[in-house]
Formats: sequence, C-alpha cells, structure tokens
Amino acid sequence: MTHVVVDPISRIEGHLRIEAEVEGGAVKQAWSSSTMFRGVELILEGRDPRDAWAFTQRICGVCTTVHAIASIRAVEHAIGATPPPNARILRNLIIAAQNVHDHVIHFYHLQALDWVDVVSALSGDPAKTARLAQSISDWPLSSAAYFSGVRARVKAFVERGQLGIFANAYWGHPAYRLPPEANLMALAHYLEALDWQRRFVKIHAVLGGKNPHLQSFLVGGMATPVDPDAQASLNMGTIAQLRQLVAEGVDFVSRVYVPDVLAIAPFYKDWFSIGPGVTNYLSYGDFPLDDSADPVLYLPAGVIHDNDLSRIAPVDQGKIDEYVTHSWYDYTMGDDKGLNPYHGQTNPHYTGPKPPFKRLNVEEKYSWLKSPRYDGAPMQVGPLARMLVAYGTGRPSRARQLIDSALKQLGAQPAALFSTLGRIAARALEAQVLVESMGMWVDALAEQMARRDFRIQDTSRWDPGTWPRECFGAGFHEAPRGALGHWVHIRDGRIAKYQCVVPSTWNAGPRDARGQPGPYEASLEGTPVAKPEQPLEILRTVHSFDPCMACGVHVVDASRRELARVRAS
Amino acid sequence: MAQTRLMQDLERQGISRRDFLAFCASMATLLGLPKAAAGAIAKAIETDKRPILVWLEFQDCAGNTESFLRSGHPTVAELLLDTLSLNYHETLMVAAGDQAESALEDTVAKHKGEYVAIVEGAIPGDIDSGFCTIGGRSALDIAREVCGSAAATVAVGTCATFGGLPAAHPNPTRALSVADAVPGVKNLINMSACPANAENIAALIVYYLTIKRWPPLDQYRRPLFAYGESIHDGCERRAHFDSGQFVEAWGDEAHRHGYCLYQMGCKGPATSQNCPNVQWNGHTNWPIGCGHPCIGCAEPNFWDVMTPFYQRLPDVEGIDSSKWLDPVGLGLTGVVAAGAVAHGVGEVMRYRRGHRPPPDDGTRTSGKPREPDASDHEENPK
Repeated sequence: MTHVVVDPISRIEGHLRIEAEVEGGAVKQAWSSSTMFRGVELILEGRDPRDAWAFTQRICGVCTTVHAIASIRAVEHAIGATPPPNARILRNLIIAAQNVHDHVIHFYHLQALDWVDVVSALSGDPAKTARLAQSISDWPLSSAAYFSGVRARVKAFVERGQLGIFANAYWGHPAYRLPPEANLMALAHYLEALDWQRRFVKIHAVLGGKNPHLQSFLVGGMATPVDPDAQASLNMGTIAQLRQLVAEGVDFVSRVYVPDVLAIAPFYKDWFSIGPGVTNYLSYGDFPLDDSADPVLYLPAGVIHDNDLSRIAPVDQGKIDEYVTHSWYDYTMGDDKGLNPYHGQTNPHYTGPKPPFKRLNVEEKYSWLKSPRYDGAPMQVGPLARMLVAYGTGRPSRARQLIDSALKQLGAQPAALFSTLGRIAARALEAQVLVESMGMWVDALAEQMARRDFRIQDTSRWDPGTWPRECFGAGFHEAPRGALGHWVHIRDGRIAKYQCVVPSTWNAGPRDARGQPGPYEASLEGTPVAKPEQPLEILRTVHSFDPCMACGVHVVDASRRELARVRAS
Repeated sequence: MAQTRLMQDLERQGISRRDFLAFCASMATLLGLPKAAAGAIAKAIETDKRPILVWLEFQDCAGNTESFLRSGHPTVAELLLDTLSLNYHETLMVAAGDQAESALEDTVAKHKGEYVAIVEGAIPGDIDSGFCTIGGRSALDIAREVCGSAAATVAVGTCATFGGLPAAHPNPTRALSVADAVPGVKNLINMSACPANAENIAALIVYYLTIKRWPPLDQYRRPLFAYGESIHDGCERRAHFDSGQFVEAWGDEAHRHGYCLYQMGCKGPATSQNCPNVQWNGHTNWPIGCGHPCIGCAEPNFWDVMTPFYQRLPDVEGIDSSKWLDPVGLGLTGVVAAGAVAHGVGEVMRYRRGHRPPPDDGTRTSGKPREPDASDHEENPK
C-alpha cells in the first residue's frame, strides 16, 4: 500500500489536495481536501442585498458570472422583484457564453495535457497531422504548413531550455497513448484555444462591460440599456456583433473542440469504464424560456438515482442537507447531523495538522468543504448531470441527438457516460448544445428591440422601502461545474444571513456522517496508477470534474458572534 | 503632469509620447513598438534568458489569472512561449503535487534575487490558522520565502494589493495584502483592480522588458501609467456630469442615451484607473460603457468604503450633492469630504475608515501625484 499525496492539484481553480491509498496499481481509497477558506458569506452580513452579487461573484474568477446570477435570483425571490424579458434574455446569453468559454478552456488548458504528451508532439509529422486533422474536421487551419509552424515554434521553445509551465510534467508516462500526430494536433489547438477564448469572451464585454467579473448585473434586471435608436445602448450594431461572436463560437466548438474530444477518446476507451463513482446526479436546470414564475427551462431540472435514466425525479430543495462530520466546522447539535441550507450553521474550526504538514488525519476532519447530500445521498453535478437529465427527458432534443451521434461514432453505449471520459465528453457536447442555442437568444433580443420593449429592470422593487421587513429567498443556477444555490435572509433592508451550496462542494466534498465518500473520492476508487510518484491518472479523474475550489469553500450562516467565539477558543 | 518622469524614461529610449500613448491605450504589441524598443527586445530575447516569473495564488478567485489569459497584446501564448518563463503557476502549469512544488523550490534556490514573484490573492495573517495551505505549507510561509528572495514582487488584483474581499469587514481570516504579509518586500508593485486589467499586466511586463526597470508608482505603489488619473476625469460620460445630465432609473431615457451614472452610485470620481482609455477585452467595452456605475475596485478597502455600491458618492467637485444624499450608507456614512477635489475624495474616505496610511513619502489629498523618487526603483534588476 502506497500513500500518495497530490498537493497542489494544478490546472484547476483554487487549492485542492488529494490523498490516496494505492494498492495493486490502483487507487483503493481517496480523500479530497480543500485547503483555502475566506468566509465570503460572513462578510456579506449587514450589507445591502443589492450589492451581494458583486461580493459573491468574487467567490470565483473562472466561473465569473455564476455567483452573481445565483445571488440576484435569490434576492429577487426574497423581495419579489421580476426581471423583465430583456434581462432574462441577456442573462441567458451571458450564462451560455460562460459555459461555452469555460468548457473550452477547461478542455484545452486545464485537462488536455493529462492525455496529450507535448514532448511526443515534437516528433509528429506535419503532413500526417494535417491528414488526421482533415479527416475529423474541415477546420481551415489544418494544413501541413500550419502544423509544421506550430511544431517549429514549440521546438524552439523547448530547445531554449526554459520549459516554464511545461516543466517537470509527466511526459513519456506510459499512460499517454496518443500517436505523435494526434499530440501535435491537440497542442496546436491548445494554442489556438488560448487565442479563441480571448475573442469569444468579448460577448461578456459587450453585455457585461468586462470579463472577468462582469459588471452589468442588477437585482431585478440588468444594467445594460436596450434601445435600437440609441448609441449608448445595446442596439442593432450590438446584435450584429453578437451574431458574429456567436458564429465564431459555434465554429470553434463544432469544428475543433468536439472533433478533438471524439478523436482522442478512442485511444483511451478504457476510461469509459474508469472513474464512475457516485451513481446519482442532480441538475437544477437553467435557461428560462419564458417570464412566468415557473418557466420552462431549456436545460431541464432533474434528479437521477442509481444511473437510471428512465426515471428522472423532480428536484425538491427541502431534501438538501449539508454535513460537517469531516469538515473543519462545528455544528452546535453535533457533527453527525445534516442541516438544510435554510437552517444551516457553520462555525469554522481548523483542527487539521499544524503547517507545514505531510499528512492529513482523514479519520477526523480534513477539508474546508462541507458534504452536501440530497435525500442523504451524494450527488454528481455538472455537465454530465445536465446532459444525462437532458438525455433522459429528451429535452432539448439537440442534446439527445448529439449524445447519440457521439456514442455511435465511438461505438459506445449510454452507460459509457458514467465515467471519467464520459464527464469530458458530456462537457464538450453541452458546449455545442449551448453555443448553438445562443443565436436563439440573440434573435429574441432583436425582436424585443423591434417591438420597442426597453425595460431592463424591475424598477418597482429597487427601493428597499418597497421590500417586506423580513424576507427569505433562494436562487438556483446551473454553473459550468453544476448545480449552484444561494439562500438569503433579509431583514430591515440588510442581509441577515447568506449561504451558498456550490457545485464543487457537491463534487469535491469529503465523507459524510455515514462515511459515504463524495464524488471525487468515489470516482478515484479503482482509478489505475501506474507510477505512484507520477500520479497522472489521478489528475485525469479529478480534472474530469473541472474542480473549482474557491467556489466550494464558504461560511454558511455563521453569525459574527459565533465566529468570534470560535476564534477565541 | 503625472507622466513627466515616465516620458523622460521613454524618450531616453527613443520612444515618443505618441508611441507611448498608443502603447498604453491600445497596447501595441512588442514588435509594434518603435524601432529602438523593438531592437532592444529582440536583443534581449536573443541573448538573454527569458525573465523568470513565479505566480503564487493564495486567497484568490483566479480572476487575475483569467484576466492574464485575456491579454491581447502580447497574447498569452506569446508571453508563455516567447517572452517569459512562467516557472510556477498552479492554474496553468502541467505538473502537480511534488513536481509542481519542486519547480518552485528550484526556481527560488537557483534564481535567488533574479525572478519576479507575482502574487494573486490575500494571505491569512496566521501561520497556524489553516486558512490557506499549499503542499501542506501555509500561504504566509510561502509568500515570505518566495517574495523575500525575488528581484521584485508584483501584487495583482485588489486582494493581493490591499487585502481585497477576504479582508473586507469583518475580515474573518485576518487576510493581509502582500505589503503587510511580507514586510520590507523589495520592489513591490501593486496592480490593483478586481481583477487587474490584462492590458495593464501586459503593459507592466512590456515596460519592464523594454526599459529594464520598473515604472514610477503612486503612493500605493501602483504604476502611474495605469493608475495616474481618475475614472471620472477620463470618462466618456464626463460631459453629461458637467452638464448635470444624470441617469435616474435603470433603463430610463437618460440611461439609454449614456448620461452620467453619478446618481446611481458611480465611484468613478474616487477611483484611479485607466479603464476609460484602455477599456477591457481588447478595447471592447468597460463597466460604465455597458451602463453600470464604477464600483471603485482599484481602491484600497473598496468593499467597505465604496459600499453600498448604489449609494451616491458625496461631495464630488462640481456638484451640490447635498440635495441627493441619502441619510444612511454602510461605507459612506460619516464621510465628510467637503472641498475635496474629485480624486481626493477616495483618499479622504479611506482615512476616515482607518485604513493604513500610505507610505510616508507624501500624501496626496489634492489629486496631485507625488513625484516618484529613487525608492521606487531600488535595486532594479539589470
């Protein structure tokens, strides 16, 4: 038995540590630990609820829109504000752009180099690479001269001896299986995607002023005025610009990203059965298509138990509980109980080893993440959960169509999706579903302009004097990494309590009171490890979830008094 | 003029003011610079090792890393492959765990006093608190070692620069800025804003590569080329402010026609940054351009002193705000800055909130930047 510690897990957002017992060439047990804490919800107490989105937005700069969206939805729910159609449409565009952008960056810059060997790419033959690339896509850059240029550039870089971010990696590891030409193609697209993401994100700059940390959100709507006859508003010029940016997005996702995933996957087919882990999936659904109180969602909500796609249950937020049995917090009524976010409490209390340390005591508390459970069960959240719910419900039909076509191309059954590679494939296919949907919302915005509906915000609820003296609200959102919920309690126009239950908390949380591992931990069980000193395969499975640790860690419901008590003790 | 000293430096390098403005505003590429500079860079790249950077992330959101990825001139691919040697960056580096940590250790050991440390995120002030550990080590321990051996340290984003969000009241983790966590750190440059603008980060790198020294700084150790003037002074809506034309409700006709957002809470008059000129994401837009007020994200303690964000800023020169002032505001309560000129308002607000006073090299309450002095350039490498 070898004890493997991977800290930091790199190519993620935030600070994640994995400890694993490896036996017989595979992980026997694993522990996921988040090692950073800020206390954002505590900082929110006493503040103006209309400001909360900007604070929570800074929980994460990678998924830079998600906590803003969940926050304004929670506050709107609490105070009874109703965003007008323009705001709904603009938010859908912003959310879709975030998902697509995030998924592309994740695949190429955070995940791909677990599967793509850069050193091998240097021996790739440009002509063969061009033939390979042309066989999977009609992307115009796939010429021998182009790949030759990329190879020369990277070769010159390597020969100068300063490898920078590519140094000390696991190049040549036996788990890398792509031929040099596939490696060279993927490396070229790694560099192209760096360029592409910078352009595509302009959608956020147009609609949000800047990225990261867009600044157009408002409780009750959006701050971007809409008027086809005004220079300082979103107008027909904007519509044309958005159409162009969306078209570039569709182009890259459908002609580069998805073909790359489907070209790389056949070399790693065993990974369609590695890393299944938790067999339950949760999606809150998102992308409201109408302005009613209970709108139709483009990506539907649902709960899947035991991998059964034939029975998708509705989501009941009353079934969500959080545990702290293995988390650095105390519950006043004992750490073996779960608490619904509406009644939650968190008293941070670090009981881990004094730094510097070599090992965590995983029998006790070992993470800053809590352990959310749905009806007592751990849940996987994220693109795979959303695509499984879409597949099971048949909505949107495009999702099912793309999944079936990908499975057919790979000669795989739907059960292959319950895996490390399945999570990666689902993310790519979701990017295609969403980038293709964006044109529909651009058109909807243009129609709004044509009918001269310029409303962007519910001005009737802007003044806190119009709010109930005390109110509660919950806001739900499907972030790139999965189901996100914010809960807010407002009293006298100020935040009394605030809490978030976040995708990476669902996926990366530690064991619960019953000893059930979280999704990262469960998925790592059985993951092969050829060389424990070079745990490449562990990275593959962990990265397939797209960890976002800063999001996962938070204070729930801690009152200032409680925290002071804990800190003093 | 804020840029006098800077322009002297640039002119000494054969760079005209016009070229400099193009460089700052639209971020001309490395090779787009005039002949003399381009030649110097080419020579540096040919004959020198690429400058070594290590990028540390502590209590952060990776927003500055994402911002860095958006750099257009030079692009991040150019920076990573051709310009810099980024030896450690948790979010971007391929190696993980021991291999990642040894990349950092090797750099610190072999290039002591030569590399540049970039820090993103605040740093919990207690080693034993467990609030931020990497590889089992505390953030404070890592920051002191790595920044302590660096040629220079660049704090990117308001968390590293001023403590930022983690340090907002009540600062549950006793989060500190780099300046406070690593006392006496050499050649500290603060690139505040939430996040720091990619174009400014790139400009700093280009500046350093071109001129071989760090730029003149303001009293918060921020480069004057990016933080030398207030948002308000450069704002495209300034004419509406001067004419008393204000947005009064979201989506009203004034809002649709781009009138001044002062009444909606804009903090532009109290915020120094070049957003109006450089804008964001390849000069596509900026927050005021999209219709939302500035939230003052480049300023110390902005989470406390600039909130509530939708509360009107008091006492901005050129306006009688008393008729609009609301009686209560979390950050603005008790702020009395009568007579302060536009840029001075932020300073006054900060002092009222008990923020750490700026370095004792002269205060700036009149809006006039102090003259940079030799301390800005101590031990500039090479």
